[in-house]
Amino acid sequence: MPSVKIPRKSTDTDMTPFVDIAFLILSFFIMATKFKPAEPVKVETPNSVSSQILEENNALLITIDPEGKVFVNISAPNDKSGAKQRQVIEGINTSRGLNLTEQQKQAFVRAPIIGVPFNSLGGFLNLPLADQEKFKAPGIPVLDSLNNEMVWWVAETKKAFAGGKLLYMIKGDNNSKYPVFEGVINALRRNEEFKYNLITSREEAPEGTALYKERSK
Amino acid sequence: MASVDTGGEGGGGHKKGPGVKKAKKLSTRVDMTPMVDLGFLLITFFIFTATMSSPTTMDLAMPKETDDKEKQTEVKQSGALTIMLGRDNKVYYYEGELTQENASTIFKSGTFKTIREEIIKKKQSVIASHAHDATCDKAQQKAKAAKDPDWQNACKDRDFVVVIKPTENATFKNTVDILDEMTINAVKRFAVVKISDTEKEMVSKTEGQ
Repeated sequence: MPSVKIPRKSTDTDMTPFVDIAFLILSFFIMATKFKPAEPVKVETPNSVSSQILEENNALLITIDPEGKVFVNISAPNDKSGAKQRQVIEGINTSRGLNLTEQQKQAFVRAPIIGVPFNSLGGFLNLPLADQEKFKAPGIPVLDSLNNEMVWWVAETKKAFAGGKLLYMIKGDNNSKYPVFEGVINALRRNEEFKYNLITSREEAPEGTALYKERSK
Repeated sequence: MASVDTGGEGGGGHKKGPGVKKAKKLSTRVDMTPMVDLGFLLITFFIFTATMSSPTTMDLAMPKETDDKEKQTEVKQSGALTIMLGRDNKVYYYEGELTQENASTIFKSGTFKTIREEIIKKKQSVIASHAHDATCDKAQQKAKAAKDPDWQNACKDRDFVVVIKPTENATFKNTVDILDEMTINAVKRFAVVKISDTEKEMVSKTEGQ
C-alpha cells in the first residue's frame, strides 16, 4: 500500500515583521505623547464647535470645579522666573493688607493653584507644597457681589501684565452652576475686561446647519 | 529553549557507536513572544495616556454695562427671541415681549434638541418680514464688495437678536451649549442677560408642574 508522506511543517511563525510594526507604533506614540500637566482640580470641560486651538500665552486661568468652587492660576509661559506671580502677590498683599511674610510670598510663586479666600491665604501658603495639593480648598468667594474677591485677583493680575498681552481663560466644569460663572464674569466686568476665552473640548458642527455649510465651503 | 540537549548517553543511543558524542546544532532563533508582549503593553499604555485632542477655546465678549440710555443697544421686539435656561437641561423661550396677559400663550418650553429649530424658524421669519431701507442697502453693497456670495441676505437678519437668560439652576454646560448654538446657526446678535423676576416666576411655575 502506497503511503503518502506529509512533510511535517514547523508551527513557528516568523515574528520579526510583527515586532517591527509593534515597535514602530510604539515609537510613534512615545513621540506624539505630550503628558497632561497634573491637574490640581479635576474639571470636565463642555464641548463646543469652536475650532480655535488653545495657545500658550500669558493668562489668568480661572477654574470652576463641579461643586462651584473657584480657583485661580497665573501662567506666564514666557517668563519662568515667577516675576509676574511675585508682582501679583505683592499687589494683593498691599491692597488687601494681608501682611504676608517673605516666605509666604515665595510659596505663592510656586503654588500650583489658589482656591482660598484672602483671610486664609496666609495659612494656605504656610503649608508645604505636597499638602497644598491635598488641601481641600473652599474656593475663592465670588457669589456675593459685595465680597467678590475675584475682582481683586483680576485687578492685580491686570496690573502685573499691564502693557502686555493677557488672556482671561475660564475653565468651567460641565456641572458647575451658572451663578458662579456669572460671579466670575462680573468680577472681570468690574475690571473693564469684556473678552474671555472659555476652554472647551472640540466637537464637529452638526450637519445641515449654517455653520456646517460655512465650513464645508 | 535554553536547555542543552545532552542526549545520546541515555537509552536512545543505539544509532551511535559507543563513546561517540554528537553535538546537536542549536537554533539561532530567539523566542520573540515576551518582547512582543512588552511592546504591546507599552503601546497600550501610551495610547491611554496620549492626549490627542488639544483643548480649544471659545471667545466670549460681553457688552459693557452702562446706564446711559443712548449707549444701550435697542432691540426690536419683533425680532427678539428670548431663551431661558432652566434646571435639568430644560429650555424655555418666547418671542417678542413677555407681559402678564400673553405669558400663557407665548411662553414655551423645550429642550436643547428642539431649540435649534426654533432659532432657525425665528431667523427665517425675521428675514421674511424684512423691510428694506438705505442703511441696509449700504450693508449689502459692502458685502458685495467683499465678494460675499450671500450678499443679498447680508442685512436681512439685522433685527434678529437672541437674548439668553440662564437661571440659577442652569449649568455651565448649558451656557456653553446655547452659546454654541449661536455659532452653529450664525446668529450675529445675541446677549447674555440677567433674568427678570417675571420670567423667573414663569420658569419656576412651569418647572413646578
